[in-house]
Amino acid sequence: MARVILPQALADRFGGEVQLEIEGGNVRALLAALDARYPGIGQELEGRVAVAIDGEIHNDPLLEPVEEQSEVHFLPRLAGG
Amino acid sequence: MSDEKKFRWVGTRPIRPDGVDKVTGRAQYGADFALPDMLWGRVLRSPHAHARILSIETGAAAALEGVHAVMTGQDLPDLFAEKAAAAGGHDDSNNLAHNVMARDKALYHGHAVAAVAATSREIAERALELIDVEYEVLPHVLDIHAALAPGAPLVHPDRVAQGIENSGPSNIAKRLQIGHGDPEEGFAEADEIIEREFSTRPVHQGYIEPHACLAQTTQDGRVTLWSSSQGHFMVRDYTAKLLDIDLSLVRVIPAEIGGGFGGKTTVYLEPIAVSLSRKSGRSVKMVMSREEVFRASGPTLGTRIKIKVGVTREGVLTAGEATLHYEGGAFGGSSVGAGCMTIFAPYAFPHVRSTGYDIMVNKPKGAAYRAPGAPMAAFALETVMDELAQRLEIDPVDFRLRNAAKEGTLASFGPRYRRIGCVETLEAVRDHPHYSAPLGPNQGRGVALGFWFNAGLQSSAGVNLNPDGTVTVLSGNPDIGGSRASLAIMTAEELGIEYEHVDVMVADTHAVGYTDVTGGSRVTFATGMAIIEAVRDVMGQLCQRAAAVWEVDAERVSWHEGEARLDGGFEPAPLGLAELAKNAGKTGGPISARAALTARGVGMGFGAHICDVEVDPETGRIDVIRYTAVQDAGRAIHPSYVEGQMQGGAVQGIGWALNEEYVFDDEGRVQNPGFLDYRIPVASDVPMIDTVIVEVPNPAHPYGVRGVGEVPIVPPIPAVVNAVHAATGIRFCDLPLSPARVLARLDEARSPGSA
Repeated sequence: MARVILPQALADRFGGEVQLEIEGGNVRALLAALDARYPGIGQELEGRVAVAIDGEIHNDPLLEPVEEQSEVHFLPRLAGG
Repeated sequence: MSDEKKFRWVGTRPIRPDGVDKVTGRAQYGADFALPDMLWGRVLRSPHAHARILSIETGAAAALEGVHAVMTGQDLPDLFAEKAAAAGGHDDSNNLAHNVMARDKALYHGHAVAAVAATSREIAERALELIDVEYEVLPHVLDIHAALAPGAPLVHPDRVAQGIENSGPSNIAKRLQIGHGDPEEGFAEADEIIEREFSTRPVHQGYIEPHACLAQTTQDGRVTLWSSSQGHFMVRDYTAKLLDIDLSLVRVIPAEIGGGFGGKTTVYLEPIAVSLSRKSGRSVKMVMSREEVFRASGPTLGTRIKIKVGVTREGVLTAGEATLHYEGGAFGGSSVGAGCMTIFAPYAFPHVRSTGYDIMVNKPKGAAYRAPGAPMAAFALETVMDELAQRLEIDPVDFRLRNAAKEGTLASFGPRYRRIGCVETLEAVRDHPHYSAPLGPNQGRGVALGFWFNAGLQSSAGVNLNPDGTVTVLSGNPDIGGSRASLAIMTAEELGIEYEHVDVMVADTHAVGYTDVTGGSRVTFATGMAIIEAVRDVMGQLCQRAAAVWEVDAERVSWHEGEARLDGGFEPAPLGLAELAKNAGKTGGPISARAALTARGVGMGFGAHICDVEVDPETGRIDVIRYTAVQDAGRAIHPSYVEGQMQGGAVQGIGWALNEEYVFDDEGRVQNPGFLDYRIPVASDVPMIDTVIVEVPNPAHPYGVRGVGEVPIVPPIPAVVNAVHAATGIRFCDLPLSPARVLARLDEARSPGSA
């Protein structure tokens, strides 16, 4: 099970848990599992935030692998100069 | 390990391929293109900071001899209104469309409201004077305090803040919060706590080349654009989206670019030029004046940051908390998110929280500026870090080293760091002779640390082997900081050939695969990865051709130092690149390869700067007298261009700290829209910026590359401000440190009864 850390503001709206254990495989599967637990949260996250998997930030991931021991954070998207 | 690998080209300093054209004036920038049937386009801009557009009468302008087209916002499709309405008024495409040309309201002084195409620039400007716009002037808001005041005029009365539950309409576009732990718990453990408030003023990126483009359209709907930007695919995509054109019908040919620094990652003129071209049936050229660049293209706007940091008497950070307000201009979209994410990023904070507010004001729509959002945040944190070190009587670099982020540290923005060079960078500062050099009267020294994420994003590349053994490389990134050279170096290194035998072309949108902008310090890293992948494909093909000639299995052939060798040996005689290239037609056809990827494994960057200043006690003038920039580049592919980035970033930051600010009058007009009155540093204003490149290779890149372009603008502001404190004993929390402001504080400190 991957460890997922949600932004506090989002957690407040969806169940209150900041840290969750979620079955992953890839980002799409993880979002689907999150959405099954908290309906609507997947739509909030998909394509609107960046995802950090084990310290690496992905701006627009979908099929990026999420391992059993992975730590996943959701972050604001970034623009560069 | 790549650390020990000996390179032939990586780390050397060959002449840049585009150098001769640029120093001889042959290189073509955005304003250099012309076509025989060309018209000149000019834009009419709002004289009010906030006004409803009641009517626009264009008949007299259209009737002027030489005028071929007049347009207003009504000529542009309104494609995103429904989507925006469903999102509380917020939609990036809708914002972009309405920024390119106002529809029902002008939202800042200088907002485009109409445009004309005529046979000469002068006729076009005369025609603008004949356009009659009836405005209903509305009350405006020009800064964060005014925007948040009870009863403040609303820039967009229909917009509700994102990230605030059940909020009504306001000038807050967005609120966000990030962090971990419990800051209150951390502050309870602290022996010293410092709380301060900082402000910065709007500044412009200061690129020398104004926005410029040339648009050609055909009756069958095709569009060709010559344009100077940080990304011609970005220009294509935005223009096509705003005008509802198929991407395949829009070809954008990149011009050379005379500076961007984030400010050319969006469009202003291109959709207007295409619209005017379609209306007139002629090609249309548009070039902003310098005044237009200042009034209407995106600066980075003002900020206010409250920050609180706690530390034990041993110098260990216990907690950090910050509230950041960033002006985003008329549509929001400031870089406050990055401000929140970077403000505490260089250090290990057990408890940390940042809350950000993106504020709408009646100023031009903000645009990215080199490490967007980070320099202002670093100003706040690194000034407080300096004060904490002083209060604890710890050397400021040692204090930073005690708390520096390293591999495995839980970053303030969420995840744990991978391999980073924060500690190595600080150690290089501590060990540099500059750090311990003596200072004279009225002089002071400051240090500061800075962080930036860097980016990966999408890149494509093409590699064509020519029959004579030379190589043509196609990149989709405009070359801003010497990327042709760095990409050529990596190609030559991989193939084992001469650097001069590689030519890198910045190819147009019809000639190379999709490539994201030259931004986020990503080109040498990400497009470099795509090119390396394509070159390795070519090397594989070359080995296959050699195997075919030798009639052996391809697995037995490998590529070494520019030639194919059987089992790594010299029997039979190896086949070199030139011979294989010459005979390619006989062995299977031309050899070429393409690669396209979303780059993974971005290496985050740290830089630390040492600044010495001398403050004139009589005038308040500050001179930077010595400056050293230290930065982890991962691997410097072409050290001269890494150093150039470090020097340029440092100088931009020095200007931001000492001189630069937009001066708005009460009506929202920019009072200093030119380089005479908006003073950026020139060569004679600064000393030689010394550089030290630290190399902690990024394990995810074939050569260890990290992005380098943005980090160096993060530390300069606090480095300068800390140096001024060391020289004067005065801490400045508001930028810029102009002579008048400095003199006032010096006089205050000298006045009888001052503490």
